[in-house]
Amino acid sequence: MERTTIDLWFGAFVTAGFIALLVLALKVGNLGAERAADTYRVEARFDNIGGLKVRGPVRSAGVLVGRVAEIRFDNAHYQATVVLALDKRYSWPKDTSASILTSGLLGETYIGLDAGGDDKKLAAGDRITITQPAVVLEKLIGQFLFSKAQEEPKK
Amino acid sequence: MREQLQRPVARLGRNVIGTIWRAGSMARFFGLVLASSGTSFQRFRLVMREVYFSGVLSLVIIVVSGLFVGMVLGLQGFQTLQKYGATESIGVLVALSLVRELGPVVAALLFASRAGSAITAEIGLMKTTEQLSAMDMMAVSPMARVIAPRFWAGIISMPILSLLFSAMGVFGGYIIGVVLIGVDNGAFWSQMQAAVDFRYDVLNGMVKSFVFGVAVTVIATFEGYDAPPTAEGVSGATTRTVVTSALMILALDLILTAFMLRAAD
Repeated sequence: MERTTIDLWFGAFVTAGFIALLVLALKVGNLGAERAADTYRVEARFDNIGGLKVRGPVRSAGVLVGRVAEIRFDNAHYQATVVLALDKRYSWPKDTSASILTSGLLGETYIGLDAGGDDKKLAAGDRITITQPAVVLEKLIGQFLFSKAQEEPKK
Repeated sequence: MREQLQRPVARLGRNVIGTIWRAGSMARFFGLVLASSGTSFQRFRLVMREVYFSGVLSLVIIVVSGLFVGMVLGLQGFQTLQKYGATESIGVLVALSLVRELGPVVAALLFASRAGSAITAEIGLMKTTEQLSAMDMMAVSPMARVIAPRFWAGIISMPILSLLFSAMGVFGGYIIGVVLIGVDNGAFWSQMQAAVDFRYDVLNGMVKSFVFGVAVTVIATFEGYDAPPTAEGVSGATTRTVVTSALMILALDLILTAFMLRAAD
């Protein structure tokens, strides 16, 4: 098959596009080495998840260790069931607690894992039993005002 | 008096009907192009030739614009982020705005004005000089030989150009943010990687640029094919290609973004 300059240009153009995609995927995006391909799933039930979203981060000691895989409403317990996809490289004791936190005052909502002291490790399909719901700012302010109002008559 | 009132209304009505008529013809034209695309794949060299003219020759403007847009985003973002003490997020700002929006949209606008107008002018002139009719006479379908290769070349080129635009833009942001201003290199890239998702941001951006590629090339080839066979007609068609493409890109972008943001939630 005869080769023309057009072929060379076409090849170079498509290759450049492919390299750009690789750069965007590996260097700019999260498809690089940090990507936790192997995960295991554990469940946790919360009274209130606040502004937590699917794909939100799961952090332990501030390090990103997983993502929120699924959020659904548990009609039997009237709680939110959150499925966490945790990185296989890490494991936690069975009595680890999960709490819904916010990074900064206006930052994104994430799940924080605090390790417990159990000998057994958390395995796929387990449920984290000790959970702490999100702090709802409005409720907090409401409680504060309420307690302030109760204090008044004593004086 | 009555005559004077009637005339603008009549003109408005004619314009509306004309626009709807053109939309219908364009849809039929799109179907015809798809139906006569077989030759483009059997003789792929025809498409490659057009990729060279519309894609490869657009590289310079795309790469340079991408670099400058990224640099401006870096400068502007730094100004604002500095107030909140979050200058490390400059990478996130630059990468997300490029990959999600500016990359596909600006690359498509540049593609429409650089390659789209050229396609319209070329096809319009071929029609004016009766080359298209001559092909028809020789039992060579102009649809299969002239229009379809240009259409497929646009669809191939557009996502590649948009990817290159985004990549160059991120590099421009890096030059301004890290090299010139001195934001921490590690924080710049790691925050970016934490925020940009391959599927939801990069691939969705590619889907956008693919849709824009279809829209721009259909408009450009249709306007050329439909141009009145005069010098004035071709010039009008070229202008219409750029204007209609730009409006179409921005309107489609709004619709696609609304869908994608809903899907990502």
